[in-house]
Amino acid sequence: MNLSPETDRPEETAFPAGIYVHIPFCATKCPYCGFFSVTGENDPGRFFDALGREARLRAGDAGRSDPGGRPIPDTLYVGGGTPSLAGNGRVAELPDLTRQLFGLRDGAEITIEVNPDDVTGERLEVWRGAGFDRISIGVQSLDDAELRALGRRHDARSAVRAVEAARDAGFASVGIDLIFGLAGQTASRWRRTLESALALSPDHVSCYQLSVEQGTPFARREALGDPPAADEKSQRDLFLEADRVLAGGGFEHYEVSNYARGRAHRSRHNGIYWSHLPYLGLGPSAHSFDGRQRWWNTPAVEEYIDALETGAEPPGGTEVLTDEQLLLERLMLGLRTSDGVPLDLVMVYPRGEEVLEELSEAGLVRIGDGRAAPTAEGFLVADRLPLLFID
Amino acid sequence: MKNIRNFSITAHIDHGKSTLADRLIQHAHLVEDREFHDQMLDTMDIERERGITIKSQTVTLPYTAADGGEYILNLIDTPGHVDFTYEVSRALASCEGVLLLVDASQGVEAQTVANLYLAMEHDLAIVPVINKIDLPSADIEMTREQILLELGLDPDEAILASARTGQGVDQILEAIVRRIPPPRGSAEAPLQALIFDAQYDPFRGAIIHCRVMEGTLRTGDEIRLVSLDTVYKVEEVGIFRIRREPRAELTAGEVGYVVAGVKTVSDTRIGDTIAHASDPQPELLPGFKEVKPVVFSSIYPIDTNDYPALTDSLERYKLNDASLVYQKDSSAALGHGFRCGFLGLLHLDVFQERLEREFNQAIIMTAPSVLYRFELGSGDLVDVDNPEYYPDPGAIVRSFEPYIRASILFPERYMGAVMQLCLARRGENSHFSYPVPGRIELIFELPLAEVIHDFYDKLKTITQGYGSFDYELIDYRENPLDKIDILVNGEPVDALAMIAHRDRARQRAKQVCDRLSEEIPRHLFKIAIQGAIGGKIIARSTISAMRKDVLAKCYGGDITRKRKLLEKQAKGKKRMKTVGRVSIPQSAFVAVLKTTEE
Repeated sequence: MNLSPETDRPEETAFPAGIYVHIPFCATKCPYCGFFSVTGENDPGRFFDALGREARLRAGDAGRSDPGGRPIPDTLYVGGGTPSLAGNGRVAELPDLTRQLFGLRDGAEITIEVNPDDVTGERLEVWRGAGFDRISIGVQSLDDAELRALGRRHDARSAVRAVEAARDAGFASVGIDLIFGLAGQTASRWRRTLESALALSPDHVSCYQLSVEQGTPFARREALGDPPAADEKSQRDLFLEADRVLAGGGFEHYEVSNYARGRAHRSRHNGIYWSHLPYLGLGPSAHSFDGRQRWWNTPAVEEYIDALETGAEPPGGTEVLTDEQLLLERLMLGLRTSDGVPLDLVMVYPRGEEVLEELSEAGLVRIGDGRAAPTAEGFLVADRLPLLFID
Repeated sequence: MKNIRNFSITAHIDHGKSTLADRLIQHAHLVEDREFHDQMLDTMDIERERGITIKSQTVTLPYTAADGGEYILNLIDTPGHVDFTYEVSRALASCEGVLLLVDASQGVEAQTVANLYLAMEHDLAIVPVINKIDLPSADIEMTREQILLELGLDPDEAILASARTGQGVDQILEAIVRRIPPPRGSAEAPLQALIFDAQYDPFRGAIIHCRVMEGTLRTGDEIRLVSLDTVYKVEEVGIFRIRREPRAELTAGEVGYVVAGVKTVSDTRIGDTIAHASDPQPELLPGFKEVKPVVFSSIYPIDTNDYPALTDSLERYKLNDASLVYQKDSSAALGHGFRCGFLGLLHLDVFQERLEREFNQAIIMTAPSVLYRFELGSGDLVDVDNPEYYPDPGAIVRSFEPYIRASILFPERYMGAVMQLCLARRGENSHFSYPVPGRIELIFELPLAEVIHDFYDKLKTITQGYGSFDYELIDYRENPLDKIDILVNGEPVDALAMIAHRDRARQRAKQVCDRLSEEIPRHLFKIAIQGAIGGKIIARSTISAMRKDVLAKCYGGDITRKRKLLEKQAKGKKRMKTVGRVSIPQSAFVAVLKTTEE
């Protein structure tokens, strides 16, 4: 196998194309969430100091500008955890800090993830003023019973209010996250949530299928014979329902779980991950990638802070990817997006052409413009698709 | 010679043979206590785990009797399974007596009876030992009664023992000296030594285990292996004291080993006679025969790249197992492999386990087959052990399959279930007796093909472990036999083809289809699995298409986690065999092999 296809190498972009900052604190832990966060007593002051130290430390390794003299990073994404918590007021410092240490391109996408019940007019002003122009609101559902089942602190009304307020505050792009696939959720009930969501005119909608993550309260429920998530058949139906309803509402389904009101509203930051461009992650559990190596910080907040307070790098791990692994990741990530992968990437695999033909016949992949991209049915088996090419 | 005693211990599986051997060895202080590990003679892991002896070992024990006399006790250990009856018979031919071990909690079982008959055929002195008397479930009186009624032996002569605690070991040793006669023979007579085993040593080649019946065998002698008519020069003779201990000579009545530059154990024959090369008319000792495999199966490396490694492993395996026969074979589905012949199912099992464990070979084995016989229109008789060579059905005039006579011993209350099992397996000509009240000995004639297919496990299950079983091959009988093809999405999987009795074909095919549909993971398309005779579909099952396999999140920058999962799946896929576009996991082939019958 020739592992260095010359074509469609991601355009050589210096490190990093985007920056992610992880704020690990949450008010409460949601019973389905497998992401890293901590609740209860903590000292955001010490944490933000440590975060600043890490940013300065990492800025040494990162190029500040490309040969054309433009700054390199095009996105900043502040996620969590819950960056919008009252105690996390210092997130407002992050756009400036980033610009100062790494530079940010003109018109860079600067996103903050928020919880509906944290959204107040005052905070929106602060975030806007700090330079955030894209907001991703964890609406999760617009059905109060479902919100309770998901262990969320907010209700549908406050979610609606939050979206409207964000819009009023002048965010260029307002996105909402929804979760589907709770046990017993019917297609019509899901449709109502989707239609209510459309009524809010968001620019971006993420529809995450509820998956039961190890070590969560939902996993314990499942182990006790009370599965919190719907069965596979229902998940499938709900997935296709979202595809239909949101397409009807003018949204393009551009990634397994993501819909945008036109290409301009796609998440550029997530696009960096999916197109295998380099990114820098700051904060506990954050991952970074420079095009060849990937490294990550410890998820333990105390360990993270302690190390940085002594001037050391936070502990973590690192891996150097082989050509074969790089190729596999590009295939795996590309096949989760409507842009798909270039045909010559697939043809590197001995059975590539044959498999593509089969997938195309089965209606799982569409071939055109020199690319192979999954259909909605293809999205539904996206985790399986790359496997078919490997012999 | 009058101070030598040659004996074996025979017992049904798990009646404590190896443990007793351990106690006797310990008693003789051949090894330091700290070096001692349980089941000293069972050198293979599998033997220790399964509690059976596969390769027999021999040991020479010094013993001072109660009367002060010094004795040499040669314990000739025997393989403990029906598959190895011939090897057992050759070991017994090297003895003058046996300890017949009966588990006090289990009583007399089928192999106890079979072993007794074997010992009687060889005119051996029999010392019954009731073992495991320390167990709470021991029933000494019941065991005595069975020894009287089922074995026809005097229960008063039975020694009560517990090999585990060492109780009774002294009496056993005294009984060996007093009740087993010394060997006869003359050191001056022409040499006749009986080969009862051979083991491979990487430095010395075949270590031949023998009993000198007549004459004297010395280092430096020119010898002839009579049946093979091959001549060697003796490099070393000696006795077994756990380790090999060289001696100047072995004389009539003695048991020991010969190293003579014989390359592998396949260059020897169990039961053959060693004579001096100078002997103009060497005489073969009675009882010699060539053992022939009765069960056949093909093996393939899971990864076709491992074929050279498998070839090498088989060659090495064969160095120490002369009864394995194999030849090259190939399958469209599984690539290059080997067709192997075994003495029986246990032999096959042991082979598979050793190959995987000791030789690290990941293999797929096809469903075992017997040797079928077909009479063709041309008048020719052809023997077929591989479905691939099933003759053109139009040319077959008559077909035959091998039958066995099974002897099954079990408590009376299981009669209905055992009868039903045997009848379901096409058993015929049954008769039964009550060797003791409450226990039945059932004799059935059964097709061997039905027995190699999970019969013993089934018998154990329906008799809750109380049933025991022994068999001998009797003859070939005429039956209609068909070849069943298994098709996956229309493509025949040659490795899953089988020959079966016409009345059983549909059922067998259905079982295979069902098992495959459970074991083959869903694909992105529907998979049809069919069983067919000729072009006619006789069974089918379907695997529906996988229509969802995606997790919502791609975990932000943590792409590593997702890639690792993919790499793991890809590795799993590598271990699968591809038929058309269908990936069939090894477990599917294994599951089909282990298909249990109703």
